[in-house]
Amino acid sequence: MNDALNAARAVALRDLKRHLRRRQDLVQPVVFFVIVVTLFAIAVGPDAAIFAKIAPAGVWVAVLLATTINLDAMFLSDYQDGTIEQLLLSPAPLPLLVASKIFAHWCATAGPQIAISIVVAIVLGLEGPVVSALAATLILGSPILSLVGAIASALTVGLRGGAMLQALIILPLYMPTLIFGTAAMHNAALDLPISAEIYFLAGLGVMAVSLAPFAAAMALRIRLS
Amino acid sequence: MNFVPFHKYGTPKYFYSWSLALRPWLGGACVLLFIAGLIGGLFLAPTDYQQGESFRIIYVHVPAAWMSLFIYIVMASAGACGLIWHVKLADIVARACAPLGAWFTFLALFTGSLWGKPMWGTYWVWDARLTSELILLFLYLGYIALQGAIDDRRTAARAGAILAIVGTVNIPIVHYSVEWWNTLHQGPTVSKLDAPSMDTSMLIPLLIMALAYNLYFVAVLFERVRCEILEFERNTNWVKELTRDKGVV
Amino acid sequence: MASEVSFFSMGGYAYFVWFSYGISAIVLLANALLPARKEKKLLAEIAVRERGKSENL
Repeated sequence: MNDALNAARAVALRDLKRHLRRRQDLVQPVVFFVIVVTLFAIAVGPDAAIFAKIAPAGVWVAVLLATTINLDAMFLSDYQDGTIEQLLLSPAPLPLLVASKIFAHWCATAGPQIAISIVVAIVLGLEGPVVSALAATLILGSPILSLVGAIASALTVGLRGGAMLQALIILPLYMPTLIFGTAAMHNAALDLPISAEIYFLAGLGVMAVSLAPFAAAMALRIRLS
Repeated sequence: MNFVPFHKYGTPKYFYSWSLALRPWLGGACVLLFIAGLIGGLFLAPTDYQQGESFRIIYVHVPAAWMSLFIYIVMASAGACGLIWHVKLADIVARACAPLGAWFTFLALFTGSLWGKPMWGTYWVWDARLTSELILLFLYLGYIALQGAIDDRRTAARAGAILAIVGTVNIPIVHYSVEWWNTLHQGPTVSKLDAPSMDTSMLIPLLIMALAYNLYFVAVLFERVRCEILEFERNTNWVKELTRDKGVV
Repeated sequence: MASEVSFFSMGGYAYFVWFSYGISAIVLLANALLPARKEKKLLAEIAVRERGKSENL
């Protein structure tokens, strides 16, 4: 048991160090996010009232897209240099190691993503309750996005056309999170309680945390067999 | 009880022969049911008080929607069978289900949209049921894309099985969406335990059409599976015997 | 029961009803016929190849 936890911690630390070393990989999704929000703002046009209504949706969609682009970093380089095969051979349970990798990836990417989202939301002029709803749903939602994204990433790692295929697979699975995240923001804008959406997101999160590592581990085993 | 003698019926070779023997019966029954359902739906069922004749779209919309959900469950179950017990036929069945499921989902969305215009005044609305059915279509397409991208059939089947199982969570969402959320789409009328809220003369053709769609699915699925079997088992002796017997030009 | 003209016009909803039935019929027929044709083609292909091999012996 101790060995397994040690192995998991080692994997997590190694991945975290690797993610943080590649500053460029951390910054690019943030820049992409800002560009998408800017495109959205340009497209909606100067009407401030309409923009205020749609801005929460735009922010959430940009978060989804930025996360989807970022998912490659989870398994691709390890797949290419053979580390995944080493993990498969390790005596520690693979779901635990996969969970550590997902955790490290989430730590490295979610922090900047949530921070920039809140900043952008404030800059776009969204009101207090809406921004707090955004923060709450992002904090609950980003683990779900990372965990479910790991399944799709594991299924498509190294395939030709992998990034597009990964996006095609993952976006239907992301839709419930998107629906509840934006519903919470719309309710917050109307001064309605958002507890229902928070509960749903928490439920999705619990399901994701308990099941996704197993699914992703099985997917890696299948792809590397 | 000794089940081993039954196992041979799940092999591609035996499946090919018994499903081929079944084909005329399935096809015939299917055609008869379609005729009965269409006569019942288009002629015998009375005009609806509120919706007029447009309600007759129900006879192509609801069966297609039921099939879109049912086929996904079949696909995920077959995938699970192939994953857990390494049954080759299960892998082939799962792969063959996907395009059919996608087509039925498309039909459900398309005919539903054509029904929505006269009934609700709009072709589309982003309510829970329509959105989750659309998500189902994307799940099917993603599954087909994933299987197409992996070259080795065994790996593709197993990877697809994982995806199908993960996506199964959407099925109860589609089904219960009209109960859990306030939606524009009408609530459940046909349930397993309660008496249906639809008049019998309208309900019977619907059930007949649903059965027709089901038999259609089984017949076409078997056809697709037979094609896959022929394609990938073409180097085995029994396939060569098959073509020799048929004396095909 | 409705008269013939009324049947085709479906109480004014002709476009919606017949388009639905039509597209369903097209999709169902196509999905039924294409695999049947493919099976015949595959069997013919395999038979030709087999005959070719046995003639070469």
